[in-house]
Amino acid sequence: MKLIKRIRRNMYAQLAERNLRRQKVRTALAAIGIIIGVMAIASMGILGNTLKLSVSESFSDVGDKLVIYPAMGEDSVTQDQVNRMERIAGIEHIIPYRSSGEAVEYRDETSYGTVYRMKESNLRHLVDMESGRFFKEGSTDCVLGSSVASNLELEVGSKIEIEDTRLRVVGILKERGMSVDISTDSGVFVSHDMYSKLYPDAEEDYRQVIVIVEDIALVDTVKTELEDTLNKREKKIEIFAANSINEQIESAFQSISMFLMGIGSISLLVAGVSILNVMLMSTMERTREIGIMKAVGASRSDVLRMFLLEALILGIFASLLGGIVTVVGSLTLIYFIMEDVTYFFDPTTFLYIIAGIFFGIVTSLIGGLYPAWKASMMNPLDALRYE
Amino acid sequence: MMTSIVEVNNAVRTYRMGSSKVHALKGVSFEVREGDFLAIMGSSGSGKSTMLNLIGCLDKPTKGTIHINGVNIAKLNDDGLTDIRRDNIGFIFQQYNLIPTLTALENVEIPMIFKRLSPKKRRKKALRMLELAQLGREYATHKPGELSGGQQQRVAIARALANDPPIILADEPTGNLDSKTGKGVMELLSDLNRKGKTLIVVTHDPKIIEYSNTTIYLQDGEVVDEID
Ligand SMILES: Nc1ncnc2c1ncn2[C@@H]1O[C@H](COP(=O)(O)OP(=O)(O)OP(=O)(O)O)[C@@H](O)[C@H]1O
Ligand SMILES: [Mg+2]
Repeated sequence: MKLIKRIRRNMYAQLAERNLRRQKVRTALAAIGIIIGVMAIASMGILGNTLKLSVSESFSDVGDKLVIYPAMGEDSVTQDQVNRMERIAGIEHIIPYRSSGEAVEYRDETSYGTVYRMKESNLRHLVDMESGRFFKEGSTDCVLGSSVASNLELEVGSKIEIEDTRLRVVGILKERGMSVDISTDSGVFVSHDMYSKLYPDAEEDYRQVIVIVEDIALVDTVKTELEDTLNKREKKIEIFAANSINEQIESAFQSISMFLMGIGSISLLVAGVSILNVMLMSTMERTREIGIMKAVGASRSDVLRMFLLEALILGIFASLLGGIVTVVGSLTLIYFIMEDVTYFFDPTTFLYIIAGIFFGIVTSLIGGLYPAWKASMMNPLDALRYE
Repeated sequence: MMTSIVEVNNAVRTYRMGSSKVHALKGVSFEVREGDFLAIMGSSGSGKSTMLNLIGCLDKPTKGTIHINGVNIAKLNDDGLTDIRRDNIGFIFQQYNLIPTLTALENVEIPMIFKRLSPKKRRKKALRMLELAQLGREYATHKPGELSGGQQQRVAIARALANDPPIILADEPTGNLDSKTGKGVMELLSDLNRKGKTLIVVTHDPKIIEYSNTTIYLQDGEVVDEID
């Protein structure tokens, strides 16, 4: 407050304020340009950022996982390969499995799911139980993913049918959402024996292996080790690092944000031109006044400063207003679209708003630079003669 | 001994108008001592305003030298001229040249802004200057548009005095005023001269001789007569 008082007492600022007020409509139009520019930059950035956050949130934390699947021309991952993986340091769990897409029947209803052959102990590393328990090895029990269960309105204890074989549901899993390893929500998890009963011809080898590393920092090291060990002579396996999808999402949305902010920058550029225009008209109109100022002792830098201050005041005022409008506007918009404003309060959001305000002020200053310079270079006698 | 505060030596000012040249001053020399009251007279187009603008550091001579307080302004750049102008010269114009959006008081404050005076000091001094220029206090907050010609010229005089310049220049200060108001302004100026200001006044009005102690007559850019 004290600072504002001091600035308002400053005669330069008073002059600038007065001159801006003198042409209210014109000043307002220039300000609207800046406001829109700031809004465009900030809200575009926020939009991109909110999208990014909401998408990466829906991927569960899978950064510490590697998915190993057979290379082109190979059928499966063998037990021998799994054994060799076990010798590599830095691995927490190795989860090999076999799977097959299947129709799941319950009374007259049918849903589609994927039947997984996976050790019960390994399943525990991937998922959490919503209700019931895990199956026992060797039993005919099964554990269902949340979406299969809800599609068929199943509960623990229900009996489902797959390939004319009856299975007892002993557990229903918690919803896990989109994932890069396996879609557990649509899974039907059974023991080795049960799988063999369903598919007598099934091989012992695995369709994929999920490797969970001890520490997320080891992902790249373990990946290299695996490749060195298993693909020594020829390419037998492919490795997909789950953290790479996060990076991809990140960079995709980075580009979206950048693109959107680029659009914002164009509108700010237009705003800058309008400031230039307004200030140029203002210097023309005030030529005589500039002549008077110079005649009574204003130096070039005094005049330059006066006009730049005008542009600065206009810029600060309009940019702050633009920032406020952005906060209110995007909060409302995000609330109505996503019904959840938590992403809005991400620190990055405020970074974008500050960036918008900053660019708004800088644009105003740049727009005001040429007119201010022109005013400062005026010859006092010519200026005094100007009608 | 009186020192020369303004020393004009063979000053030439030539305006280039496309290919032709206008010789506004063709080698003018004179001296003004501190505390003098110099009147510059001559017919229209004789170069009076041109001469005054040179002394006021609003312009530079094409040839010759002009010393203000011992400094040759012909050699100065824009900033140098500004400094001399701000610290040594108070300018009074025929058309008053007040800033229409500012009050009388604020107009007087303007030169002090460029002298970096604090707002408080500015305000106090501006009031004092308006008093010195004999403008009623009630007019201090009026805009120029709300003042008569004579009142506006008094504001302009107060502004010219704001930075305590030793030299006051006036280009036909009574040109836009009726004779009675004009007389009042002339008396105010000569009063300032008596209080020590060096005064240079350009005018058509022969009555000036009653006040001035030196008068030079210009004709076609040359001094044709000088009366002490
Ligand atoms: N900026 C300019 N460009 C070209 N010629 C000029 C310029 N200023 C003045 N002149 C010319 O110089 C000559 C002297 O002009 P100046 O204004 O000094 O005359 P003056 O004595 O003040 O006349 P007046 O009494 O009408 O004010 C005139 O011929 C005028 O046309
Ligand atoms: Mg003249």
